[in-house]
Amino acid sequence: MHINMKATLKISVVLVILLSLVACNKSSSRNYQYMPNMYESVGYEAYQEANVQVGDVEIFENNMEARLPAEGTIPRGNFMPYEIEDTNEGYELAKSTLTNPLGPPIDLDSPEVDSTHVDSDLSTIRIDYAKGGPLYSIYCAICHGAKGDGQGKLVQGEKILGVPSYDDVGRAITTGSIYHVIYYGKNTMGSYANQLNEEERWQVVAYVEKLKADLEKK
Amino acid sequence: MKKSYQSLEDNSTHNMKQVIYRKLASNILHLGLILLFAFSTSLTAQEGDPTNGKSLFNTNCASCHKLDNKMTGPALRNVESRLAEEEGLDREWLNSWIRNSAAMIKSGDAYANKIYEEYNQTAMTAFPTLTDQDITDILAYTAQPKAEPVVAEGPAVNGGGGTGGASNNLILGALALLFALLAGALILVNRTLNRFAEEKGVDRPIKEKGTPIWKAFVQNQFLVLVTSIFLLLASAYFVYGYLMQVGVDQGYEPVQPIHYSHRIHAGTNAIDCKYCHSSARVSKHSGIPSLNICMNCHKSIGQVADEVQAEGLNEYGVDYNAEIQKLYKAVGWDVAEQQYTGKTQPVEWIRIHNLPDFAYFNHSQHVSVAGVECQTCHGPVEEMEIMYQHSSLTMGWCINCHRETNVKVQDNEYYTKIHEELSKKYGVDQLTAAQMGGLECGKCHY
Repeated sequence: MHINMKATLKISVVLVILLSLVACNKSSSRNYQYMPNMYESVGYEAYQEANVQVGDVEIFENNMEARLPAEGTIPRGNFMPYEIEDTNEGYELAKSTLTNPLGPPIDLDSPEVDSTHVDSDLSTIRIDYAKGGPLYSIYCAICHGAKGDGQGKLVQGEKILGVPSYDDVGRAITTGSIYHVIYYGKNTMGSYANQLNEEERWQVVAYVEKLKADLEKK
Repeated sequence: MKKSYQSLEDNSTHNMKQVIYRKLASNILHLGLILLFAFSTSLTAQEGDPTNGKSLFNTNCASCHKLDNKMTGPALRNVESRLAEEEGLDREWLNSWIRNSAAMIKSGDAYANKIYEEYNQTAMTAFPTLTDQDITDILAYTAQPKAEPVVAEGPAVNGGGGTGGASNNLILGALALLFALLAGALILVNRTLNRFAEEKGVDRPIKEKGTPIWKAFVQNQFLVLVTSIFLLLASAYFVYGYLMQVGVDQGYEPVQPIHYSHRIHAGTNAIDCKYCHSSARVSKHSGIPSLNICMNCHKSIGQVADEVQAEGLNEYGVDYNAEIQKLYKAVGWDVAEQQYTGKTQPVEWIRIHNLPDFAYFNHSQHVSVAGVECQTCHGPVEEMEIMYQHSSLTMGWCINCHRETNVKVQDNEYYTKIHEELSKKYGVDQLTAAQMGGLECGKCHY
């Protein structure tokens, strides 16, 4: 009798251990750390949750550490704001007046290394299809197609429809209208101003114009 | 001679007959074709070809119009009959609107101005290239009755708890319980049988008592030594393994607030990683995309295809359409009005890859400068339904890659001299990241 009691006890202990092992084998929680105060930054890391309360006041809205820059501030360097407004008139204004501030295109056959420019003065940077092309294929080609004919992967899969070809006569895109639409988006297309900086936008504009010229040649 | 003439004549009449038959046959065929053509052209002239209309609609109109829902512009199902009934506008009006809406608005047309104001003064693109026939086809497509929605066959969505891991655990637990019950039952049966045997006075065969096995084991000192060494080694192995995995989150797979399928976005749709994680090109962090980036596509994709929805329900237990609605709620997008309401709510994504504070890592240096594929460290993301940490992200793992990876030094004229000197120093053609100082402590720890 006594021995049997002991055996049941042992078996149940083993079972409990096994069950706890199974229960711990979840990957939805983080592992232990040796010294958390060396792992975790004292200052706020990007995207860190920041629930700081002074009295009843929440210092960070929604406990988000990420903030928008204070209104009216500008980044360092030769920053020029894009002043044309996101309206139909603004679109027409950009379409007719805006030109590409970048220097003339770098010849792809004999590329020169452009190491002279040090600041962000756009006129010292030249149009480089080797820069614009890869950016185009990341951000634009998924809808507009690698050739700009409106046959991107999402269009072919019938997920997004009605993407026009760059040589569309009704739209008749120009340097300025391309830049304006990348900056603000138009109709179903969203703004790409936060994914591409000013120089990159102009490089993409130049590449789109090249694609348009290629399409019109055919 | 005459005979031969005769035969010739015979032949010729015979031939003539054949020719006549052939001509007749071909004439009938022609007539038939002409009739067919006439019929078919009259058909298209009156009603338009909805198939051609669909492809024209999809290439020209679908960027702003849907058939049944408001988008940038109004829904277009039965637009022609609707306009005729409600506004008394005919095909002429539609034709000139489609070809040049801006001119109509300027000319002061009442309904043109009304619709322009109603849709926030969004100017419709002019389509001067569309012929009358094209427009007829498109209108024929819009006049088609709405297709019955295909009901996706699949089990109702279980409330998120139906993941594979949980149900496995449940089964294992039930099995363990079953075994415990069995063992308990056996012990009870054994005890009752013994009691019966005692009461009935049955003589149970008495085992001859030899030396018990544990006593024999203890007496054999060699065996004790070997066993203890083995036990020590085994426990050292497990203890070492346990200690080494502390702080390593390989396989970490948290439940995110919105079920985002990398399998669909990066795999099926082949969207470049840097489309959403654009800051990986230019900054230390590969940023969590803002909801604005989601809306670049999901402004027009409010529902997944029926097959995708069924696949989600059956294989992953996810209602993809409901997940898109979560996005709309967070970003404050009113689907019916196609407008932002301004009421937003941040999505609290759970960060998966997180290096300790004492190690510095820069994405742009690896992505833009070294040109390392994202998958090298993050694994087959394009196959992951739920994102998890693929690599261990330990120091040994970093170092290993730095030792094995050759650095692209071509076309990097600024550093040519130092690259040449390093190559000479190590006597190699291809420099690895380690040889360029990728193992120095201060590179990552400072």
